[in-house]
Amino acid sequence: MTADAVKAGALLLFAALVQVSIASAIEVAEGHPDVVLVLVIGIALLRGPVFGAVAGFWAGLVLDVASLETLGLTSLLLTLVGYFAGRLGDVTTKSSAHPSLVAVALGTVGFALGSAVVHFMLGSTLSAAQFFVGVLLPTLALNMLLAYPLYGLCRRIFHAEPRERREVSPAV
Amino acid sequence: MVAAVLVLFSLALITVYFRESEGGTLHSAQRIGLSVAMPFEVAGERIARPFRDAWGWTSDLVGAKQENEKLRKQIEALRQRVIQEQTAVSENDRLRELLSFVDGPGFPAGFTGVSTRVVGRPPSAYNQEVLIAAGSSAGISRNDPVVTQDGLVGLVTNVTSNGAKVTLITDQSSAVSAIVLESGAAGLVRHGPSNSSALVLDRVGKDELVEEGNLVITAGWRSGKLESLYPRGIPVGMVKSVGQQDVDLYKRIQVAPLVNFDALAEVIVLVPKKR
Repeated sequence: MTADAVKAGALLLFAALVQVSIASAIEVAEGHPDVVLVLVIGIALLRGPVFGAVAGFWAGLVLDVASLETLGLTSLLLTLVGYFAGRLGDVTTKSSAHPSLVAVALGTVGFALGSAVVHFMLGSTLSAAQFFVGVLLPTLALNMLLAYPLYGLCRRIFHAEPRERREVSPAV
Repeated sequence: MVAAVLVLFSLALITVYFRESEGGTLHSAQRIGLSVAMPFEVAGERIARPFRDAWGWTSDLVGAKQENEKLRKQIEALRQRVIQEQTAVSENDRLRELLSFVDGPGFPAGFTGVSTRVVGRPPSAYNQEVLIAAGSSAGISRNDPVVTQDGLVGLVTNVTSNGAKVTLITDQSSAVSAIVLESGAAGLVRHGPSNSSALVLDRVGKDELVEEGNLVITAGWRSGKLESLYPRGIPVGMVKSVGQQDVDLYKRIQVAPLVNFDALAEVIVLVPKKR
């Protein structure tokens, strides 16, 4: 568990730096690929809601520091995304060899909506068209593209075995 | 339970961050954190730069022929204008000398330029900001204007020892007092309603003469001890369209920024010679 925490911490720290310096510069309409979000979802799917929430909080904190944004804002949203992705992983695809595209899609939409609500409360707004067409759809598409490779990376790092193999081996 | 605690802790962080001053504990901790992260961000940006340049080069090729023709026409028009303006400048200098005209800090004479690299962008569509690789150790302070060779970029809004955050003029919180060069019509350049890189020139009366293609520059006003954060004369954008309706108080002027904010790689921070 401790080894997993260290690995997740280092991975998300690296991902946050990549996000700020590289991924945020890749712009499709006004959307960006969200490496950190997809990794948090991947980790949460493999390691459950509590681990997911902690990973989300850490990743958000690093992102807020690395981009000089309001401290706690991204942590709040990623904690919730990590927790609910972990819950989804518990009941669906915790150890599946395939990434839960549904989880990435729901996580991206949830994060974008949550971000819109929080920014609206803080005084920054986008028009509905700009939000849905300019931000949400491109980000969703880019995150879905990232889902397979990043989930594969998570499975490799956290040594997640496919469910079928785990269930069969004791009987043999 | 753990998730609930973390959510509450995040909310507490947001609250404290907003309530405390710029020199508060969380702000200071964040600045230290960024100072630690900055070398890695610079390294990441350097690794990504060749790939980004290659992508930019490929996408630029698509519209190159059309742009070439447009630029040739523009060069012709500008050549004629330069001759006219050189005459006007020399006449202006001569008249100033005759009047013993006293001027405020002007651009670029009253400033030292600190050239630096853009190393990061916050991952949010709500904040039009960039991180640069120079900070207070290079003499940069909060509210220093930032430009490129094309025109105005924005304002330094947060500084650490080796980095700073620049809020772009396309951000919702930005507003620049500006004038139309050709007619002298004054207004306020702000974020446009449609997309992130569109600007509007607001508060221009209906009786003012503004035409498509006019150049918008910073006004650099001064009133007593108060003065604009931007010096006079920095190009902001070109007037893209002008409209007005009977029910509106002001003209509706759309401005196309001169700076390509999507491809922002290097910027110049204008540090005043006299603070």
